[in-house]
Formats: sequence, C-alpha cells, structure tokens
Amino acid sequence: MSAPAQKRIIFQHIDEPGYTDDLACYLKHGGYEVMKRAFARPPQELIDEVKKSGLRGRGGAGFPCGVKWGLVDRKSGKPIYLIVNADESEPGTFKDRYIMYQDPHQLIEGTIISCFANNVKQAYIYIRGEMAEGAIILEKAIAEARAAHFVGPNILGSNYSCEIFVHRGAGAYICGEETGLIESLEGKRANPRIKPPYFPAVLGLYQCPTIVNNVETLCHVKYIVDVGGEAFTKIGTPNNTGTRIFCVSGHVQRPGYYEFPAGTITMGQLLYDVCGGPLPGRIFKAVIPGGSSAKVMRFGERYKGKRKVGADMVDYDWGVEDVPMDFDSLAMVGTMGGSGGVIVMDDTVNMVEALANINAFYSHESCGQCTPCREGSLWMKKISTRMVHGDARPGDAALLKSVADQIPGRTICAFGEACSWPTQSFYLKFKDEFDGYSDAKKTLPADRRVLV
Amino acid sequence: MNLKPETLKRIDEVITHYPVKRSATLPLLHLVQEDAGHISDEAVAWIAQKLELEPINVLEVVTFYPMFRRKPIGRRHIKVCRTLSCALVGGYKTCETFEKEFDTHVGINHISPDGEVTVEFVECLASCGTAPVVLIDDTLHQKVDVTKAKALSAQIKAEAAARK
Repeated sequence: MSAPAQKRIIFQHIDEPGYTDDLACYLKHGGYEVMKRAFARPPQELIDEVKKSGLRGRGGAGFPCGVKWGLVDRKSGKPIYLIVNADESEPGTFKDRYIMYQDPHQLIEGTIISCFANNVKQAYIYIRGEMAEGAIILEKAIAEARAAHFVGPNILGSNYSCEIFVHRGAGAYICGEETGLIESLEGKRANPRIKPPYFPAVLGLYQCPTIVNNVETLCHVKYIVDVGGEAFTKIGTPNNTGTRIFCVSGHVQRPGYYEFPAGTITMGQLLYDVCGGPLPGRIFKAVIPGGSSAKVMRFGERYKGKRKVGADMVDYDWGVEDVPMDFDSLAMVGTMGGSGGVIVMDDTVNMVEALANINAFYSHESCGQCTPCREGSLWMKKISTRMVHGDARPGDAALLKSVADQIPGRTICAFGEACSWPTQSFYLKFKDEFDGYSDAKKTLPADRRVLV
Repeated sequence: MNLKPETLKRIDEVITHYPVKRSATLPLLHLVQEDAGHISDEAVAWIAQKLELEPINVLEVVTFYPMFRRKPIGRRHIKVCRTLSCALVGGYKTCETFEKEFDTHVGINHISPDGEVTVEFVECLASCGTAPVVLIDDTLHQKVDVTKAKALSAQIKAEAAARK
C-alpha cells in the first residue's frame, strides 16, 4: 500500500518559492483573518472549540491542549501568562524552526488567538539561544504586527490588549521542560519544579497561572479556530486528530519534514515511500520514532496484542513497518510519538556506539538537581564511552542497564525517564550486540564512522 | 563596564519586558556577551547591580547555561553539532576538519593560533534533516560535509586576510 498524500496545514507555505516572512506576504495569504473572526466570539467558545478538536500537544508529551487550558486557575485574581515553548531541543526534532524562520506570523496569530481565549495579557516566546536569527525574525514580525494593531494595546479596537516578547534561552535542553523553562524565564538556573504543587496552570511564572504550549500546537489552534473543532476531528484518527509533522533524519534517501493526517501513515510508508528507503546497498536496522529519548525499535521485531478498532477488539501482529505513526499506536508497541523526530539507523551502525552518542547528550544536559539523574546519566555516558574508546568488559551491558533502571521514577522531572529509556531499550532490543561488543570491536572496521 | 551606548539602550529597554527585574538576567547576559565577547567578573557584578541581585544570582546562571563563557574566544565561533542525527552522517569528521583547517582543538578554552576561530562541539542544533549542521556565529550552515567544511574554512581565512 503506497503512502497517503501529505496534507500541509501548518507547513502549507514552508519552502514555498516567493513566500516571505513579512507581514505583507502573510496578509496576502489571508493572514490575521482568523484572529479578527475569533475576536467577535466569546473566549469560552474558542476554548470549547479547542477541547472539541481533541488537539494533543506537539511538544512531545501529547497532552490534550484543551484539557491543559481547562486546568488554568481563573479564580485566583492573578494575571494569566502564556509561554510559547520554542526551545526546540529534542534530538531529531526540527519542525518549529521552519515555522519561526519562514512563517513567524502564523505563530503570532495562533498565540494572540490563544491569549484572547484565555484572557492572557502577556505572552513570552521562549526561543532556544542557538536560534539567534530566529529571535530576530520573530521580533521583527511582532513589531510589524504591533504597528498593524494585531499585537499590543487595544488590538483592532477591541479593547483587548496583549503583548508578546521574545526571550532567548542559552543552550540548555532542560528549558524545554515547562517548569524548567519557567525558572529560566524568571532569570534562574533551569531546575525543574516539583509537581505538586508547582503545576504551571496554577503556580507558574511568578507564581501565577501559566499556559505553556509548543509552537506547532499554537499554529494548530489557529487552524482549529478557523475550521472549527468538529472539522479538525475529521482529519486524522480518533484521539489522534489533525496533522502530524514528522522530522526524519539519519540514514534515509530523503530526510526532511513531512506533514500527514495523524495516524494515516505507517512507519514503513514514511521511511520507504516518502523518504525513499535506505541508502544504496544498505538495510534499515533501527529507528527512534519520537525524538532521541523515545525507545528504539528494531527492524525485524514483531509487536502483538489486541487493540480497539471502532467498538471491537482485534488482534494485531505488526512489524516495525506496519506500526501507524500516531501517539496511541506507538505507545502500544512500547515507545512514543513524542515530538515527531524520527531518527533512522542502517546496518552500518553499531548500537553500542549510537547509544554512547545519546548518553553523552543526556549527561551534558542533566540539570543536576536530582542525584539519580545527574550521577546516572554521567555513569551511563562514562561506561558506554569507555566501551567504545577503551576497554569493553563482559559485564558492561548489565552494569549499564542496572544504572538506567535506578533513575526513572526517582527524579523531579521526566528527564530521568528520558535519559534512561535509550539505555534500557537499546539493551533490551540489541542485547546480543551489547554482550558481544568486546569481541565484535576487534573486527569492526577501524575507519568506521565515529559516533562518539 | 564599558558598554556601547546601543547596548545600554537595549539593556534598559529589555528590562521593561518583565514585571520582575530578575527575569532580564539571560537577556542582559546575552547583550553583554555580544558587546564584550565574554562575561567577566566585572560584568557579573554590573548585571547584578543593574537588576538589584547578588552577584552569585548572576554567576550561577552563567555557569549553568552552555552559551555563556567566562573567557574570550576566537574572532569567529564555529559550533559543530555533535548529536546523533549529525553524527550518523559524519558530524565528527566535520568537526575534525575545522580543527585541522585552523590548527586548533575543539573546546571553548581553545583559540586557533591565528586568533581567528574557536571550534566547539555542541549538542543538537535542531536541524537534523539537513545534517551535519554547523553554526558559524549566528548563521546556520547545512549539510556541511568535509568538502563544505573546507570551503567554509577557506572563506573565513579569506575574510581574515582581507581585514589585514
């Protein structure tokens, strides 16, 4: 079965010849019309549309956006803040970059609509520090929107005022974690906060109710308010509504971004039909489906069980290629859709060396406040790097696993899970390769690609 | 602190973006670093005073975030992505090429002998579909294989020669 056609909603104008990042171009393509119509409706109606749409957050966790908005404390009398999480840092993910660099007004319109719906007067876009040019593009776009009265005081004479400021991070992955991000925006180290009590919806920025949404999520909100929540549910599959943007990288013929109705494309269709399959003479070995912390899938393995189709429970027996690329199916086979970052590895890759690369990342990025994560990620890095560059011992694989098993559930934020899942899943799926690495190393080509 | 008038203007403006002054810590660190090249002890004290904080409140932020540096670096800052998607298509070779071209070692504490560059191996730059990627100062360069890394190095050297 060949792949379905792409459906470009969020990425409609990305890489379109002649499409520019300025306001004039955006207006020519119907820009800010959805916002104008939204302002004529009661805010609660907009929230209801988002709830009805079933939109799930696109930052990684897939938490329903409408539910997130529903949790906001609206009785405290304190201001409500909205933060755009533009700290795109999960290895393998690069979708928000294109939105901000090429279509910044789409994000600004989605942000203002979301602010209006939630009675927010002040929004911040927290963009990762390395995207300095992106910050300049966004600031320029906000200035244009302000001059046209789409942002700022008394927007379009509605008496509603909302300001947006861009805030740059400074190279720390943990700022993508929403409470770490809030700490960072308050001018501190990005140590995530413990929940409870610090749920952002109640005690967020400056201890005020705060909504933190991903860039792509807010662009979906604009589309939902345009077409209606009901119509949005017609795209994709139940519980996985709208489109998903897949960011494919690694060993495929055509890496890049692809937008499809959620749940309508399988891993096999994405990698073979859309991305052109493996490089010449190679075969796929493994794929990480949702950013580097998602558990790895091994080509050749089978996933079996029962799943709900409509009202019935049916048996499924899938290979990696058969798994639909939606949040629920990927969770069912023991991994996750996450942020949509699909990293593909072919048979040239040694899995111990790939894991050592990932472990170096997580060790570098642990904020350090919880001992299991700070020490565990460091030891996983040290052990796996030593296996590659030093002496690989027969007990190393079991040692790695034992360190990984002692981290999740013992940390303040989900980084504990994120840093241990790669080691746990690589070991589980490629046990042979880990156990045999000390011998295999002697025969691996000396000029092989360095991964760590 | 001897900062440019334009920097001081931007500092005063950015503080107004927040209801709490401390929030301006990262923006001020960015502005001071862009102006002065690095964050000195004097800069830490100056920012603390500007935001009505203790110097340690600023210093602990400087040491947490990888983008802030305590010492001067080369004229150009080359950041090669180290993380998996780039490594899978030769990121380590790309980094090695820059090291060789400028006769230097990777790391924020090294400056090439000609004073021209500091090469850093950084974590994911979020452009994995066009790997390997490299940031030179603030500009992203995509699909930087060995050939392209050599071409970029030649360009930096030519710009340096033109300045002399």
